[in-house]
Amino acid sequence: MTERPRLAVVGAGPAGLAGALAAAARGVDVTLVDAAGRPGGQFHRQPSPALGAPPRQGHTWERLRTGLDRHRVTHLTEHHVWCVQRDSMSFLVHALLGPAQDEGVSLRADAVLLATGGHEYVLPFPGWTLPGVITAGGAQAMLKGERVLPGRHVVVAGTGPLLLPVATGLAAAGAEVAALVESADPGAVPRRFPDLLVRPDKLAEGAGYAVRLLRHRVRILTRHTVVAAHGTDRLEAVTVAPLSPGGRSLRILCDTLAVGHGMLPGTDLAETLGCTLTGTAVRVDAEQRTDVPGAWAAGETTGIGGAALALAEGHIAGRSAAARLYGRTPDPAGWAPAARARSRLRRFFAAVDAVCAPPPGRAGSVPDDTVVCRCEEVTAGEVRTAVSTLGATDARSAKLLTRAGMGWCQGRMCGPAVAALTGCPLTPGRRPFARPVPLGVLAALPDPDAPAP
Amino acid sequence: MRPQQPAQARPDVRARQSGQARPDGTCTVTFDGRPLEARPGQTVAAALWAAGVTAWRTTRRAGRPRGVFCGIGVCFDCLVTVNGSPNQRACLVPVRPGDVIGVQEGTGRDDD
Repeated sequence: MTERPRLAVVGAGPAGLAGALAAAARGVDVTLVDAAGRPGGQFHRQPSPALGAPPRQGHTWERLRTGLDRHRVTHLTEHHVWCVQRDSMSFLVHALLGPAQDEGVSLRADAVLLATGGHEYVLPFPGWTLPGVITAGGAQAMLKGERVLPGRHVVVAGTGPLLLPVATGLAAAGAEVAALVESADPGAVPRRFPDLLVRPDKLAEGAGYAVRLLRHRVRILTRHTVVAAHGTDRLEAVTVAPLSPGGRSLRILCDTLAVGHGMLPGTDLAETLGCTLTGTAVRVDAEQRTDVPGAWAAGETTGIGGAALALAEGHIAGRSAAARLYGRTPDPAGWAPAARARSRLRRFFAAVDAVCAPPPGRAGSVPDDTVVCRCEEVTAGEVRTAVSTLGATDARSAKLLTRAGMGWCQGRMCGPAVAALTGCPLTPGRRPFARPVPLGVLAALPDPDAPAP
Repeated sequence: MRPQQPAQARPDVRARQSGQARPDGTCTVTFDGRPLEARPGQTVAAALWAAGVTAWRTTRRAGRPRGVFCGIGVCFDCLVTVNGSPNQRACLVPVRPGDVIGVQEGTGRDDD
């Protein structure tokens, strides 16, 4: 064979970069396809070149960045992949180009590694559509990439490990962080110590953030949740209520609320390819292979676990793909350190998940007049009516009856809330198009049934 | 060849007129008709936030104001009209000198 096998890696975050480098180092012709203009994904998001700021430092990032050059990975930036198709011999990756996204391009590969990351979700509460209410991850992205804040007086709220770096970052950037409101109970942590102690470095990282927050005099409220955001055309204050009985609600003045209740895997491309999911995440084997031959997956798309886990999974996926593409059976001993990190981090984040689950029942008890579907402006009451009087028994029938989840974001934002209101578990979205595609791009696709010229 | 600028025209004025970036890396765009200073390459959302603007869309049903929510291109809440094209995600689209940015009302088209 004279031509090197081709691997298309979708997503240039930690998982995609690690996978691309591992495969390229083993002789595979790797094309890294990513929507952003710069590599790094969300975790290693770099400041916009417009700022003239120095790139973020860090050993891991430096290694990934220099590896891209050294291994001559073809990096296609501003390629928004909307579908990956598989035919008899290979894969076809369809992408939209540039910020305009009105022009398409398709590339062929012998195998794909899906490293499409995930996105944050927010459970609705009255006032959550007011300008000034943003996701915790969004606040961090705007700060990392653009060095801008939407206001000066910030409340960070929700649950999960992301809130700590977000609050710390905002405080360090000069915002007055009025409070960090975490719904989890710190009392639940000791019970999970055996699982959390498998990665003491991660525990120390969390403690480090807490110390910095105290140094910035940020008030930390645990077992509390934001029950309402107030303001007419802009956020002016939030009401924070205790989750334990007997406590008192308090109103905190703020112009910004950065809120997040967790992350969901981005599985659109994998679902359309036919990969089996477990719950909301792509199912993979010990080599990070999906059950579709030739398709690997790594990072948040296979389950939320952060950047270090994504690196380990991506590395394993890249090595496995390289061996398999050259017709060899890979030797897992070669990636033993990554496999060890993977199992420990999965155990660690399962424990974090157990501690940081959003308070049960809250999404289902949101007031009737609160918008749950932000795109189509469908209220909780409308979804409840679809359930109680129209007989909707799942999110899909609720969507068909109310349009909840039918808008631009295709239910990515409201999915968990609509599922809770219909009383069914959150199911994957099944979106054949991972992003809006202009009809002209579809019309220009070659007809697969046409005879070859 | 372009006619020479009058000697008294300052570089920033010339830049504004020609839609070019100034030597200090900034440029001028307009938001709803008023000039804003921005940096070419930063996102439209970042430029608007930096100018103190946090809402630039009104919803189709209730006419409510919206701005950035997810900040990474997933939620489509930050839709904005740039140079006449509606439904651009402000958190993704980079600023170019001279951009005409406008509040997007409803679908951003005349047909609603």
